[in-house]
Amino acid sequence: MSGYLLNRLGQALFVLWAAFTISFVLLQAMPGDAILIKFQNPELGLNPQQIANIRASYAADSAIWVQYVQTIGRFSTGNFGYSVQAGVPVSTMLAAHLPATLKLASLGFVLAAVLAVAIAFVSSLTPFAWLRGALQSVPSLFISIPTFWLGIMLIQIFSFRLKLVPVINPGPWQELILPVVTLAVPISAPLAQVLVRNIDDVLTRPFVAVARAKGATRHWVLWRHVAKNALLPTLTIAGVLFGELIAGAVVTETVFGLNGIGGLTERAVGSQDAAVLQAIVVLSALAFVVINLIVDLLFPVLDPRLRTKAGATA
Amino acid sequence: MSTSAAASPPVLEVENLSISYHDGIAHHRAVHDVSFRIEPGEVVALVGESGSGKTTTAQSIIGLLQANGRIDGGSIKLNGTDIARWSDRQLDVVRGAKISLVPQDPASSLNPVKTIGAQVSEILRIHGAASGHALEAQVISLLERVGLSEPALRVRQYPHELSGGMRQRVLIAIAVALKPQLIIADEPTSALDVTVQRRILDLIDELRTEFGTSVLLVTHDLGVAADRADRLVVLQGGRVQELGATKIVLAAPRSAYTRQLIADAPSFSAVARKTPATAREKAAPSDNDVVIVDGLVQDFVRPDGDGKPFRAVDGLSFRVRRGTTHAIVGESGSGKTTSIRAIVGFQKPTAGRIEIDGTDLSQLRGETLRQFRRKIQLVYQNPYGSLDPRQTVFDIVAEPLLNFGRLARPAREAKARAILSRVGLPEAALSRRPHALSGGQRQRVAIARALVLDPDVVVLDEAVSALDVTVQARILDLLDELQHDLGLTYLFVSHDLAVVRQISDTVSVLKDGRLVDGGAVEDVFERPGSDYTRELINAIPGQNRAALV
Repeated sequence: MSGYLLNRLGQALFVLWAAFTISFVLLQAMPGDAILIKFQNPELGLNPQQIANIRASYAADSAIWVQYVQTIGRFSTGNFGYSVQAGVPVSTMLAAHLPATLKLASLGFVLAAVLAVAIAFVSSLTPFAWLRGALQSVPSLFISIPTFWLGIMLIQIFSFRLKLVPVINPGPWQELILPVVTLAVPISAPLAQVLVRNIDDVLTRPFVAVARAKGATRHWVLWRHVAKNALLPTLTIAGVLFGELIAGAVVTETVFGLNGIGGLTERAVGSQDAAVLQAIVVLSALAFVVINLIVDLLFPVLDPRLRTKAGATA
Repeated sequence: MSTSAAASPPVLEVENLSISYHDGIAHHRAVHDVSFRIEPGEVVALVGESGSGKTTTAQSIIGLLQANGRIDGGSIKLNGTDIARWSDRQLDVVRGAKISLVPQDPASSLNPVKTIGAQVSEILRIHGAASGHALEAQVISLLERVGLSEPALRVRQYPHELSGGMRQRVLIAIAVALKPQLIIADEPTSALDVTVQRRILDLIDELRTEFGTSVLLVTHDLGVAADRADRLVVLQGGRVQELGATKIVLAAPRSAYTRQLIADAPSFSAVARKTPATAREKAAPSDNDVVIVDGLVQDFVRPDGDGKPFRAVDGLSFRVRRGTTHAIVGESGSGKTTSIRAIVGFQKPTAGRIEIDGTDLSQLRGETLRQFRRKIQLVYQNPYGSLDPRQTVFDIVAEPLLNFGRLARPAREAKARAILSRVGLPEAALSRRPHALSGGQRQRVAIARALVLDPDVVVLDEAVSALDVTVQARILDLLDELQHDLGLTYLFVSHDLAVVRQISDTVSVLKDGRLVDGGAVEDVFERPGSDYTRELINAIPGQNRAALV
């Protein structure tokens, strides 16, 4: 067990390091940088000497490997540096934008899970073939809807036509309703698909027939025997989909004008604010790695077969 | 075995039962006008091969036909009440309480993520038979009753922590929990080792006598049916071929199909295919030994790493003369497969010497080892899993020719065709894919693939275990013929002693990695040198009939 844990932690650290390094190299390879964009503006009237001084204060012209070592050293102590564009510490900016995104992402994920479970279980329980067919075609419909289009359509229909959700001065939760739905729909589709397939697969296993032979009803069998077995493989997919969630949040925040990490990313890309982008990439990678680490650690808890050491079974 | 009281009505009466399956286009009849009855306390065996409709019939009785199956006609009377057209809701009361099921494969018939205790107590909870402390006490006493050691510990264990035999005991505990009137045992032991199989069947017998339960035993193994059933129902193609008291059916079969089944059942055939005198002579060492295994030891490092390796094979030695068949016999975990893997050069032995046709395997590396592999070929147990479903039969058989040597395409084609006709496959089968073939045909393809490189030695790893008896008999005929014509040497790995006795010249009996018995087959069978071998021989089903004839 401790070997398993160490192994997974090692993998997680490697992923973090790789994400940092690749994004660092890519950001360095971009032509121009944030300092030039901000201070070479003729309206500021700075002379070359002053710009050179500013560059020196950011250590922008030292050798790449020196910057790399310095940055990775700072990041490992939790110091993300200064944003050139905003002139404030990156950690301050993250702290201001993170709560909105966390709220959006976690609610989106919960709604996606609820949608997926509802689609999968209702379609397996329903005695009506037409309903089953209809529900099972929902995921492929969901997966083909682009996030930006869905967001705009939802605003059009629910805010402007039906006037159910206000767009002007909404309450703190009201403003989240449509973005959460927008984010959840495309994430729920692959989850539902995998879950439907797993349920169908588990239903053919002999232990289901044995449970039925005990006199268990279809509902009993589905909830007490099939559910857990079908959810286990879905968990892995859920961990991987977390990446989609981060990407989806960026687009969703932009469409709905939410002030989260997505909006921050958009502005940082525009001004080539490398320090901010670097921090966002590492933060996303950290979230992704932690979520998947939790999934990996959950497996032995949920599946007794993974608890015993390999080879101990006879 | 039991006495049927003529006064009480039959527990089960099946009359003119017809069942069909819908394949998306049309209904196909799988069971035609099947009728039989089971008296209280009686064991009736439904005997037949795959596709005979025996499982379909059994499933319909407990109302668990597959979703695409339907009962077209006839009745299933439980204590005089027709339940054939009952809804699921009505049947939920009957299932488990009046009719219960002992399934085929104990490995997959228990929910892997629930404890044994939860799965046994479930049947009591569903029918409201017990709750709270009484429930737990009853579960423990049930587990104790079916012969599980430390029942209080088992309650908290998960299925993967139990052996196959123990899992089947748990499933039997579930089946007898509510003392049903009828237990449907669907091939209850076909996935178990012979000695375990015998103990499980004994247990079912014992519980049946104790509770007065009737048993419908579904089996393809006429030997098992002969030992355990009062009456036989022989099915073929969904129709009853013969029905009657076991002794009468076996002593004087009326239908040609039953006669064929009896003739093909290895446990019934009194005569070995080999003549004893030559076999005994073949057991002595000679210069013509093509396989020599001397002091083979195979250790595995335990993954939990306490430093002490696990010894899977411990000092195995035997010799096989060219053109003979040597059987390696043992139960799961005896080291059969490990020995075979070392002999075909898949893994380096920890110690010992293996010589194939004068070549010492330990001297071979890389390309010479690869070239050596054409001398010794494998046929596996599962013809479904060992053939690539995307290749045609021709591609499967011709592929080894591509791997070894540079035959031109016409020559390859001619060779593959010749070998396929040699194993008795029609020309039309060449362009088919494995899914379009029957189990027997698939095994013929696997044999053809092994023979296409003209090997000296063919290793048959449980190669006929998954086949129906009549198909098995045809494959054994084929193997015999090929050995005779091509001078092949067979290493026949099997847990089925009846088949081993039929086709081998010499035998090695393995237990826990050690050789416990070895030599000419009839010597080992008539004068077993160890208690273990004796136990294995006694566990062969069908001995009641052997005594009867």
